[in-house]
Amino acid sequence: MLKATSIQFTYDKKRLFTLPDMSLSPGDELLILGKSGSGKTTLLHILGGLLAPQAGEVIISGTPLYSLKGNKLDRFRGKNIGIVFQKPHILSALTVFENLQLANFFVGQKRANELEKTLADLGILDKKHAKIDTLSEGEAQRVSIARALSNQPKLILADEPTASLDDENAEKVIQLLKAQAKRLEAVLVVVTHDQRVKNHIANQLTIGALQA
Amino acid sequence: MNLLKLSWKYLVAKPLNTSLNILLLALGLAIITVLLLMQEQFENKMTKDAVGIDLVIGAKGSPLQLVLSSVYHIDFPTGNIALEEAIGVSRNRLIKNTIPLGMGDNYRGFRIVGTNHDYLALYGVTFSAGSSWTLPFDVVIGQNVAKKLELTVGDTFVGSHGIGSASHDHDEHDYKVVGIMAQSGSVVDQLILTSMESVWYTHDEGHDHEKMQLPVATTGFPQTEEDREITSLLVEYRNPIAAVQLPRFINSRSSLQAASPSFEISRLFELLGIGVTLIQSLAIIIIIISGLGIFIALYNSLKERKYDLAVMRTVGASKGVLFLHILLEGVLLTFLGSLLGLFIGHLFLFILVVSYDQGAIAGLRADVFLVEEVYLVLFAMIIGVLASLIPAWSAYRTDIAKQLTK
Repeated sequence: MLKATSIQFTYDKKRLFTLPDMSLSPGDELLILGKSGSGKTTLLHILGGLLAPQAGEVIISGTPLYSLKGNKLDRFRGKNIGIVFQKPHILSALTVFENLQLANFFVGQKRANELEKTLADLGILDKKHAKIDTLSEGEAQRVSIARALSNQPKLILADEPTASLDDENAEKVIQLLKAQAKRLEAVLVVVTHDQRVKNHIANQLTIGALQA
Repeated sequence: MNLLKLSWKYLVAKPLNTSLNILLLALGLAIITVLLLMQEQFENKMTKDAVGIDLVIGAKGSPLQLVLSSVYHIDFPTGNIALEEAIGVSRNRLIKNTIPLGMGDNYRGFRIVGTNHDYLALYGVTFSAGSSWTLPFDVVIGQNVAKKLELTVGDTFVGSHGIGSASHDHDEHDYKVVGIMAQSGSVVDQLILTSMESVWYTHDEGHDHEKMQLPVATTGFPQTEEDREITSLLVEYRNPIAAVQLPRFINSRSSLQAASPSFEISRLFELLGIGVTLIQSLAIIIIIISGLGIFIALYNSLKERKYDLAVMRTVGASKGVLFLHILLEGVLLTFLGSLLGLFIGHLFLFILVVSYDQGAIAGLRADVFLVEEVYLVLFAMIIGVLASLIPAWSAYRTDIAKQLTK
């Protein structure tokens, strides 16, 4: 399902990140822990098809991610990978539901019913037509999870999804991520340095910066 | 959700910025629309009103003034000419037909013009009510006169001396409306037409009541023993040679002046052209500034929107889609601006026509649409493309990973 092999990446010539190989099956969860600057966000970007590594390969459902170029990669990512960021980053010009519909539109799908179900699962169906600036931080983060789930991805990546949330919301968000990943039989990869998350995901991987 | 809606949402999210840009563009385009509409209709109307009139003969003075007063009924006449002299010149072998005109009075701003039935034939006049005049002081009125002054067949009124505003009333004898001319779109819509005799008798001191009952001349010059004057003569040439010989002959050999409507009008448009070009340039500058405004607005908003764009990429939008998204925003803006501009242009002309119903712009229409207006919309959309090209390119090149880690 998700395979990453001998991935290497460098920001500048001095620091080389070598990222551990991984192989995950549908429904698997993985928590990647590491300090700031350890390259965990970079790893997430590489897994998400946002940043091509210098070496190595990411294979999702048998498709080598970086053999796809341009539009094909964008579309593949839109269809198969849902990404949750540290900050919600919801498009503020649109309403909650329009944000989700937009994700459908970019990959040429229409799933209004599923979108509503997701919103209901996340407990924010009443915010369907709300403006973004009226949402609380916890609600906004749940909307961003709903958006990541819009196209029913096979891989869910979450980058510090709980960092800006209080204990209660952080707990909720991590439970929601796990539940939704189960429902979609998707691989869930969470990158964090948040200790509160540790207890929820057993499969853990710690990475650190290595000098070349 | 689609791309058009997405771009629209971003425009609506900044209502002040968006409406300012739309208004600025609309202003520029409205000016051009008004100019186009007026120019087109003026030229049409000017040409239409002068059809069949090869030459105007009148008193010495400005030839343009002679043409404007006798053909278009906008300026003041240059003066009067002796009837005898007019009859003399009309016998010239180069002249096929002449129509005499006598002016000098008005009724509430509408000109009373003495002439004969040939003038009605010249403009192909038909009547929506009543019929043509047969007796002195019978008048027929143009459609606009009838509407504005609410006159119907059988009504009477007293003319005033002067062309535009009244100095004193001719209260000795009332004019009687015997016919209302159907709308023709030509100058006669604005006129009160009557016989030459009416104009003469109204200025006479004594009153000869017998004379008033005699039928008037319907063609040519009225028979009279007295020394009479007319204002001008409309001339139709017998052959093309007349165009070369007749004006020169009249201007050099007589106390009269001859002026060619087509020549004078093209001269007038040449003069007006400078003003029109000036206003056009101003409008184009406004449009360019609005284009710059749109460019700056898009470019600035892009800084805040880079993150949005990166997020769109993560949910599946390709670079090309983002390029289109920004481009569409600019084009949508200018498209709306151009529609508003056309609307304002027509509205402005409408207000102008409604508030000045007797002057030179009377008879212009605001509900006429030109092919050029479609070009204006296309032109505006090209401005939109140009203004959003650089921002769109910058959106196209957004580096997602770098943007997301900021």
